[in-house]
Amino acid sequence: MTNVETGKHQYAHHFKSAYHEFDSCKVGMWLFLLQEVLFFAPLFVGYAILRILYPDAFWEASHLLDWKLGALNTIVLITSSLTMALAVNASQRGLKDKSVIYLALTIILALVFLIVKYFEYTHKIHDGLLPASLYSYEGTIHPKTPLFFSIYFMMTGLHGFHILIGIGVLIWIMLRAKRGDFGTDYYTPVEMTGLYWHFVDLVWIYLFPLLYLIR
Amino acid sequence: MSGSAAETNYLNHQKGWKSWLITLDHKRIGLLYLASTLVFFLMGGVFALILRTELWSPNKIFLTADKYNQAFTYHGTIMVFMVILPLIPSALGNILLPMQLGTKDVAFPRLNLLSYYVYMLGAILALLTLFFSGLDTGWTFYTPYSIRTGTSTILVLAGAFVMGFAAILTALNFIVTVHKLRAPGLTWGRLPLFIWCLYATNIIQMLATPVIALTLFLLAMERVLGIGIFDAALGGDPVLFQHFFWFYSHPAVYIMILPAMGIINEVIPVFSRKNMFGYWGMAVAVFGIAIVSFVVWGHHMFTSGQSTTANFIFSLLTMFVAVPTGIKVFGWVATMYKGSITFETPMLYALSFLFVFLVGGLTGMFLATLATDVHLADTYFVVAHFHYTMVGGAVMAFLAGLHYWFPKFSGKMYSELPAQIACLIVFIGFNVTFMPQFLMGARGLPRRYYDYPPEFTTLHQISTVGAYIIAIGVAMTFWVLIYAIFKGKKASSNPWNAITLEWQTTSPPYHENFEVEPVVTTGPYDFHLLEKGD
Repeated sequence: MTNVETGKHQYAHHFKSAYHEFDSCKVGMWLFLLQEVLFFAPLFVGYAILRILYPDAFWEASHLLDWKLGALNTIVLITSSLTMALAVNASQRGLKDKSVIYLALTIILALVFLIVKYFEYTHKIHDGLLPASLYSYEGTIHPKTPLFFSIYFMMTGLHGFHILIGIGVLIWIMLRAKRGDFGTDYYTPVEMTGLYWHFVDLVWIYLFPLLYLIR
Repeated sequence: MSGSAAETNYLNHQKGWKSWLITLDHKRIGLLYLASTLVFFLMGGVFALILRTELWSPNKIFLTADKYNQAFTYHGTIMVFMVILPLIPSALGNILLPMQLGTKDVAFPRLNLLSYYVYMLGAILALLTLFFSGLDTGWTFYTPYSIRTGTSTILVLAGAFVMGFAAILTALNFIVTVHKLRAPGLTWGRLPLFIWCLYATNIIQMLATPVIALTLFLLAMERVLGIGIFDAALGGDPVLFQHFFWFYSHPAVYIMILPAMGIINEVIPVFSRKNMFGYWGMAVAVFGIAIVSFVVWGHHMFTSGQSTTANFIFSLLTMFVAVPTGIKVFGWVATMYKGSITFETPMLYALSFLFVFLVGGLTGMFLATLATDVHLADTYFVVAHFHYTMVGGAVMAFLAGLHYWFPKFSGKMYSELPAQIACLIVFIGFNVTFMPQFLMGARGLPRRYYDYPPEFTTLHQISTVGAYIIAIGVAMTFWVLIYAIFKGKKASSNPWNAITLEWQTTSPPYHENFEVEPVVTTGPYDFHLLEKGD
């Protein structure tokens, strides 16, 4: 909200200063990310347990994933983290145009990630490499291999959903940045989105080796 | 200013039902939560009465076995997810947390309102199952039955998932509020213990709820896609579901009991006119309970086939819960010792709490002991134990808090004597209902069965009579409070002569809680300073 008289950001009535509000939002965002970690936790625990139980199945299944596409997506996401960080930096310094451009770049990279993921998924679906009860691929030997694909689709699906949410938020933030909502005195939403985006990238940094690189 | 204060307060500063639906005032949101949870409480109570009536005699009275399964599933699901979990933290917590902290609102008021609507959405999703094919999994949704049953499991899973988000948002909001919005002078050592308890509760909510959310999501995916992670037929592990489920649901019982302890922490010093015995011990014990709560989930699974080593470790860790809990109980008793005790309704409920919680806690030790648990697991003993802690503990404490803070948020006094009688009826009814269930359980009667051997008829009938006594007590309590809202005498700003900040403003409070920002100079229970006129 912008104060009509001063043109500066109007902080909520229960805070003592704009910094007080910003600081509180930041604590809230970190707590949110903490619960996100635990939200993903059951999948990582499930992965660990199933992999310990059936190492051969995971080894076999991992070879059916294309590590090159995974690596490409890793590079795409890490780059998007960079553009996001630059967008936060630009808004902190009040550079409106730069901030909008970096946000747009982040959105484009996120879309590239999803497009690559789309091709990976269609390929898997075509081959019948699907969650356990739908699995119809005939080239695998280990009876537990289908479970890997259950975990694969759940983990990457949940992560992809977070990317999708992120794109929505980024578009909203970009439009606000374009409208001139942010300046040196107020850039909280950009910074919060940045924290979220780095978290989503970080999850992928773990997913990539765990799923694609079992050798 | 006191003249105009009588005219504007948070209840009347904006008018019309719309101003309630889009309110950002934490007290109004708290009241919305309170009204909703109480309606669900009555619904869950009706299901309980249906169950108890059916159990009046062996064989069928008016429910088929299938309908009986549905009735206990609804009773459990409604009471756990829709009533007891949000009852104290979201309803009373929302009203009181910012006031006890001396601030104008919670850190994120819009998020607060959002959490209410998210909660309602989840509750409605869960209740929609009533119009489809119902529910019969029990509130625990154990696999593989929950994967195979023909009832509307996905809908209730979605409901519980969504309600989980509401709990997380509230918890996040409260934690930030406690950290960032305390009044000047309100150091950590001067926080009311209710705040400490809510804070510990919120940490559990933040860390445990996401786990159940994803677990329920995976269970829904089992039904939709057949992912097989929890399904032995597809190579998965049904016990893994139990681990994930109890990783949340055991800490969840502390989400229920810690805020209840917080209320007792407020009520006992005020009605004993004495400083809390061992303030820091009481505060640290709450965190002791919160931490231990995360490493004891396996005690729900002693008979699930988990390894003997795991059983042994979980049994030992469960015993540790008794240490901080013991500190709490001793602290309350020591606070009352040589105090000037008066027996207003909140104090009566607090004393009832002490008695029933002690029974509930000690029988928990029976169940934590491996050898006895093998005999007692899944019997009525377990049912009696957790009702002694959840109903006897959480609901009694909630009623203590409801009466204690009623003058503050409604601005009216309830009539003391009828409320005291209602408390007595609830207390008697509660013990009559659940004491016999300990006996039945100890004799090996399994829970959740529609039928039972005829030699248990007398005990079951005593239990059913008790359930109706509780219903009378609860109805009377509602009547006393609703009557007070319309016809009650106007409450003064501090009818109990308490020291905590919520009593230092008008009843009902202003929209922004305090006329001027309060400055705190004493501890929350320094009654000795008050008596000296300091």
